[in-house]
Amino acid sequence: MRWRNWGLQFLIVGAVLLALYGLATVVAAKMRGLGVEPGFGFLWQRAGFDIGDTQIAFDASHSYGRAFLVGLLNTVSVAAVAIVASLLLGGALGLGQLARNRLLARLCEAYVELFRNVPLLLQVLIVYVLLIGRLPLPHEAWSLGPDIWLSKSGLALPWPAFTDAGLILERPLLGRFTFSGGAMLTPEFLAVAAALTLFTAAYIAEVVRGSVQAVSQRQTEAALALGLNDMQTLRFVVVPQALRSMIPPLANQLLNLIKNSSLAVAVGYPDLVAVADTTLNQSGHAVECIAIIMAVYLTLSLITAALMGSWHGRLLRQQGGHA
Amino acid sequence: MKKPVWLTPANTVLGLLLLWAGWYLFDWAILNAVFRPDAAACHALEGTGACWGVVAEKYRVIFFGRYPVDAQWRPLLATLLMLGLLVASTRLRRRQLLILWGIGLPLFIFLLKGGLLGLENVDTPRWGGLPLTLILTVFGLAGAFPLAVLLALGRNGRLPVVRTLCTVFIELVRGVPMVAVLFMAAFLFPLFMPKGWEFPSLLRVLVAITLFAGAYMAEVIRGGLLAVPKGQAEAAQALGLSYWQVQLTVILPQALRNVLPALMNSAIALFKDTSLVIIVGLFELTGALGLAVDGDPKWRAFALDGYLFIALIYWIGCFTLSRYSRSLESKAA
Amino acid sequence: MKTALIAVVAIASALSFVPAHAGKTADAIRERGQLACGVSTGVAGFSAADSRGEWRGMDVDFCRALAAAVLKDPARVRWSPLTSQQRFTALQSGEIDILSRNTTWTLGRDAGQGLVYAGYMFIDGQGFLVHKRSGVSSAKQLNGAEICVQTGTTTEKNLAEFARAHHLKFKTLMFENLRAVLKAFFSGRCQAFTADASALASIRANDSGKPEGYVVLPDRISEEPLGPVVRRGDEDWFALVRWTLFALLEAEERGITQANVDEMRKSDDPAVQRLLGVSEDVGKPLGLDKEWVYRMLKAVGNYGELFERNVGPNSLLQLPRGINALPRDGGVMYSPPLR
Repeated sequence: MRWRNWGLQFLIVGAVLLALYGLATVVAAKMRGLGVEPGFGFLWQRAGFDIGDTQIAFDASHSYGRAFLVGLLNTVSVAAVAIVASLLLGGALGLGQLARNRLLARLCEAYVELFRNVPLLLQVLIVYVLLIGRLPLPHEAWSLGPDIWLSKSGLALPWPAFTDAGLILERPLLGRFTFSGGAMLTPEFLAVAAALTLFTAAYIAEVVRGSVQAVSQRQTEAALALGLNDMQTLRFVVVPQALRSMIPPLANQLLNLIKNSSLAVAVGYPDLVAVADTTLNQSGHAVECIAIIMAVYLTLSLITAALMGSWHGRLLRQQGGHA
Repeated sequence: MKKPVWLTPANTVLGLLLLWAGWYLFDWAILNAVFRPDAAACHALEGTGACWGVVAEKYRVIFFGRYPVDAQWRPLLATLLMLGLLVASTRLRRRQLLILWGIGLPLFIFLLKGGLLGLENVDTPRWGGLPLTLILTVFGLAGAFPLAVLLALGRNGRLPVVRTLCTVFIELVRGVPMVAVLFMAAFLFPLFMPKGWEFPSLLRVLVAITLFAGAYMAEVIRGGLLAVPKGQAEAAQALGLSYWQVQLTVILPQALRNVLPALMNSAIALFKDTSLVIIVGLFELTGALGLAVDGDPKWRAFALDGYLFIALIYWIGCFTLSRYSRSLESKAA
Repeated sequence: MKTALIAVVAIASALSFVPAHAGKTADAIRERGQLACGVSTGVAGFSAADSRGEWRGMDVDFCRALAAAVLKDPARVRWSPLTSQQRFTALQSGEIDILSRNTTWTLGRDAGQGLVYAGYMFIDGQGFLVHKRSGVSSAKQLNGAEICVQTGTTTEKNLAEFARAHHLKFKTLMFENLRAVLKAFFSGRCQAFTADASALASIRANDSGKPEGYVVLPDRISEEPLGPVVRRGDEDWFALVRWTLFALLEAEERGITQANVDEMRKSDDPAVQRLLGVSEDVGKPLGLDKEWVYRMLKAVGNYGELFERNVGPNSLLQLPRGINALPRDGGVMYSPPLR
């Protein structure tokens, strides 16, 4: 019986390798026949296109590789903002569903039911259309504070910058068409960040609610019996225990958020996927560009999973309890 | 008279705020709204009311995409058929269901494609709107489910090579966004095919959706498989059943029953994810609205109202599905 | 020995009766019974479906002419509307036989991707569309402006080069498809929109809702020769497509129109007789029969009529013939002799 198993496995491996090799050959031959040399050398070629929304300096004379870096930084920045915001909002909503105040609880439930059942793409599009439709032109921008302007061009903020005079806080100034200087959070960025936050917060709320509810009723009663009030019970008894069971599903939601940020391509925010799309069309290297997208997202997933895993591990060791 | 428990200051304030918001919403969405397809009236509103007229004007493109106008009774009929099938599936028994779907699905495709019996041929690039959303969801699930079962059994199986292959596939697909998988369908699949083999875009996208949903559902089913007590498999084997018989008749049914709610969640997630196909040029419900409104100078300003309407449709669909899932859960418990 | 010689002669004579091989693509088209023509998803004047689903435009008429030449019926075309992202892969993979989609002819596209351009259909130039309220009268005044472009076209590269050449700084906003760009530009998200001038003219006329509120700036920051594209490797199909285009020009040169083509068959002019298949068969080297030009002209008319009907001064786009005229009228549309 044993040898039959090994034979079968050998056959399977062989078949898969053969198929992959065949596929690779067909694709490479097709690409060469089209005059495109397969390989990653194109990353050092001149990109030839500008990217409007970048964290680092970029223009058409830079390489495709640098364009990918710009896309990656954009993905990371919108994901980071959305992660923080959705954790805060989701945590509040999750706890809110368990509040004594029934009206508040119902409201939080309604939020969750509303934002979970509408596709994320639709939410991104709605926020984007709202922003570019309703916000004023840059010349009539709304002032939200000293040197903070909100307009169709986005949210202009003062931001530290290196100049000849050293590190200063650069203020956004209105030019002939729009603001320059400081930081500009474009409507594309805002739409993706906002929609990601609203959508993911609904899921995080459910995770938080589930974990907190799972903390044994007896724990809460014991804490109250010891004289702790509601807030203290929450802070010292419920949340630490809930955190332990919360982290794996939370990690899952954050991973989903990172992957969902790829929707940015639908509203023109130049994240990794959008830049890869442009590069793919300009250079013809479809296979390589898609491979880069996959590799980057897999790496981001691994990093996030590892970080959450180690935090989880640390928590378990600290509290010395069972998972 | 004692003051009711719930009448606290916080509640009062919250309640009043809610009432005000609710009234404002009602005012905007119903009282001041324009329901006629009248662009001038909508413009005259200046934001004080919703312009549902955009739906009244563009409903054909929104619901049916670029399907030829005089043949649109076909996708309408097909959609009703599909919805009927879905509702019937909640009530009928397995044997009747199989027959019903066996007839229903080909009939659905025939209605859309035509080409026989006097029905004019309509190629897949022109399919769009609600029927397209349904195709992607239903056929995607139909393909993903058997794939997921195979992957889950493979990942849990005895052969290490098969386990590794299945794990690699699942983790690879789950680690990347759906957009990347759709790009693969749009840009890579054509490169894989020998020259001259043309696959319509819809088919390629369906394959991509199937692979994507299959990987996620495989994990869910695997969880269910792990939850089945080991004794079951051992007992079945003691009775003399072969490996496949054990899996199919004893283990799988229990595993699936365990994770039915989670599987329903996967289905709902797939339904929502179908909106992404606009990125590869297919005009399902979300994309069809863009098609209808963005290029039309008269109605472009009211895209928001259109999007809100579509959000409502999706919301009704998802909410119904999740309510149904919850009712299944409580029935099983 | 004698048998062998007879066999060789027999085979050689048999082979000489086989018509000049028109190539794999042409064979596939004949077998399929349809020409798979890649067009745009809707560019007025070049390829756009009207409200009844009928395709109209210069690129569309060209594919009809090809179908008339190869399949003898201008209606035997399968239209594939393609986005700018899909257009080249669709051609490369064999999904379509010809890309007739107002596509710009550049070195990188002609020599790097396994494709080859078959000629000039229309010579355009990239320009800018701005809101009149901005008061901008020249592209050089757009320093610091937010400019919308559609990805996957040469537009992005041209814009970047224009910026560098004139030391301007733009904020480029890239969008997936034309509708998204229109949405952004007309809502005021960006101050300018750059694309081929012909496209801008049609957008200003059709899609703005208020043509008076918008201005196409006079600057042309690139040459955009648009032309049909086919795959490399099939020389016969390439020749067929190229000479179809030339035949349309030659017909205009000789004064043959859709209306008078039947009469012109009786003409004494040897060039006309050759063209319409009365005296010689100029279609044979291309694998076509001798009436191929006659059918084409009957179906769509000559190049001048194609132009007038779709993009000319009396059409929706109101574009001047300009550089797209025959050499005798001051343009560059030249056709080598068909003989």
